[in-house]
Amino acid sequence: MLRSTRTPGRTLSVRLRRLFDLSFLGLTFAVALGILALLTAFVLVLVHGAQLTIARYGISLLGNPNWAPSLNQLGLLPFIVGTLLTSVIALIIAIPLSLGIAIFLSELAPRWISEPFGYLVELLAAIPSVIYGLWGIFILVPFMRTDVQPVLRSWNLSANKTFHVNIPLFTGPIFGFGVFTAGVILAIMIIPTISAISREALKAVPQPQREAALGLGATGWETTRISVLSYARIGIVGAVILGLGRAIGETMAVTMVIGNADVIPASLFAPGQTIASLIANDFLSEASSPLATSAFIEAALVLLLITLAINVGARALVWRLVAQGGGGGANEV
Amino acid sequence: MKFNRDGRRRIFNWVVAGLCFLCVIAALVPLLSIIYTAFVNGARVLSFNFLVAPLSFGVCAPNVSCYGGIGPALAATLIVVGVASAMSLPAGILAGIYLSEYGKHPLGRSISFFTDVMTGSPSIVVGLFVYAMFVYFDRAIAFSALSGSVALAVIMIPIVTRTTEEGLRLVPNTLREGAYALGIPRYRTVLQVVLSSGRGVVITGAILAVMRAAGEVAPLLLTAFWSDRGFTGLTQPAGLLGPLIFMDATSPSPALVATAWGASLILILLMLGISLTARIALRKRFG
Repeated sequence: MLRSTRTPGRTLSVRLRRLFDLSFLGLTFAVALGILALLTAFVLVLVHGAQLTIARYGISLLGNPNWAPSLNQLGLLPFIVGTLLTSVIALIIAIPLSLGIAIFLSELAPRWISEPFGYLVELLAAIPSVIYGLWGIFILVPFMRTDVQPVLRSWNLSANKTFHVNIPLFTGPIFGFGVFTAGVILAIMIIPTISAISREALKAVPQPQREAALGLGATGWETTRISVLSYARIGIVGAVILGLGRAIGETMAVTMVIGNADVIPASLFAPGQTIASLIANDFLSEASSPLATSAFIEAALVLLLITLAINVGARALVWRLVAQGGGGGANEV
Repeated sequence: MKFNRDGRRRIFNWVVAGLCFLCVIAALVPLLSIIYTAFVNGARVLSFNFLVAPLSFGVCAPNVSCYGGIGPALAATLIVVGVASAMSLPAGILAGIYLSEYGKHPLGRSISFFTDVMTGSPSIVVGLFVYAMFVYFDRAIAFSALSGSVALAVIMIPIVTRTTEEGLRLVPNTLREGAYALGIPRYRTVLQVVLSSGRGVVITGAILAVMRAAGEVAPLLLTAFWSDRGFTGLTQPAGLLGPLIFMDATSPSPALVATAWGASLILILLMLGISLTARIALRKRFG
């Protein structure tokens, strides 16, 4: 290459510069590998910490409904049920709202409306979880107790008469604090996630898709329904799954409004506990024996594996979509 | 007949647009309610003294105000988040540089993918992971400012890495090619050309990560734990702003609840200020 240059200093500088190049590459590579190592350590440390209960009970803890760590009753079922219930409530509320937001902001509204409103919706994601919890305790819980839950309870009676099934959804005493309120607060928190990623998915739909429908005389909504939503549906599914991942792992706001009862909730109005809120609320007070500590860490491991699986699935969907849409980075030659 | 059908379609179009707009409004009601209540309740206690005064214990002696401040918690937050940033920002930026500039092979792509996946891991589990790791190596400092910083750093690293990578990918290849054509070595191209033209996004990512850490609570309950005196050394438990809001919010004392609102208002003001500044700065650069 530049070997032909005459002065020795020049040769040295070529060598030096290759040395610098290589060491810079090595440094950044080592740090990047470090992240993989961190993720591996993440899983391994939790597996190691949970080995007592894994060895003794395996995964039978997950189906056991009794939790009383001082008596060595370490069933995790109440928390798995609590996590599923709150997440499902959150999704039922958040999916239609987020889709409406995404469609309005990316398809129907002019730019001068969609920019500021889009920014405001994204601000919801920047508010710390504990502030949602504080607001939940003093604003949302009283509102649910006096205005929302009594109405829902009166509806449910008639539903039972019609269908002759007694599913304990909106029944029982009303506290305000409970599974349902936790689900509502989670819905508010995952709306920015689902709507932002759905917007990305809608944005990745090629413009000719829309023009074809508009050219046939479709209205704005018809264009969206016929040619945009069907094209973007994989990305929207990915967005919803990512929202689910966030809801399952969300801790502080849920801990502050769910009522912290370590039993399977008798109805949606009853207090309960999610895996995350169990760890935040009870780990320091209840993990007194090595076995109980191990049960807590097994719960955390279950939570981690569920969220990792959800995120791997959803991001695979979203990444493939973005790559298809041709938005995959300026570096792709 | 035809006119009627078209009219119905057009009306339906407006109805759907209206419904979608209602969805936006429905999402903004809680946002405005949170900001409004934080302002109304927080403004009552907010003063310069609130920022520096020692914590209140919610007990009111005669002739003594039971309203304390958040001084120690604010200082502890600055220190612990600062230590976490010192650990995570260089690591995240270097890893992001690797993934964007050298990582166009299956290994690089999979690191990038798993980093993205890691941003979705629950922060409470990160807290338990760091706690378990410290218990394994040195039980005495499992509850310490240091373990709190490590937990925050583990949360920040994937965020910084991903935003750095995304930001550097936006830098046009022609800039890199121009630098190579001038005979500038690759590491200097990356540091002086690529990093400096992508610095807006890199800085935004760093700020996002710092903001996220500043409002974090769940992992700190299991690592930094709590201290009424805020920060008293890296190996001692530390009391930060987030856990302060959590404990004061759930306390029966009105004075402590007011402190929680004041601390929340400060976090919200910081967040709004930084996010607006970042947005304006970025728009100036890119658009």
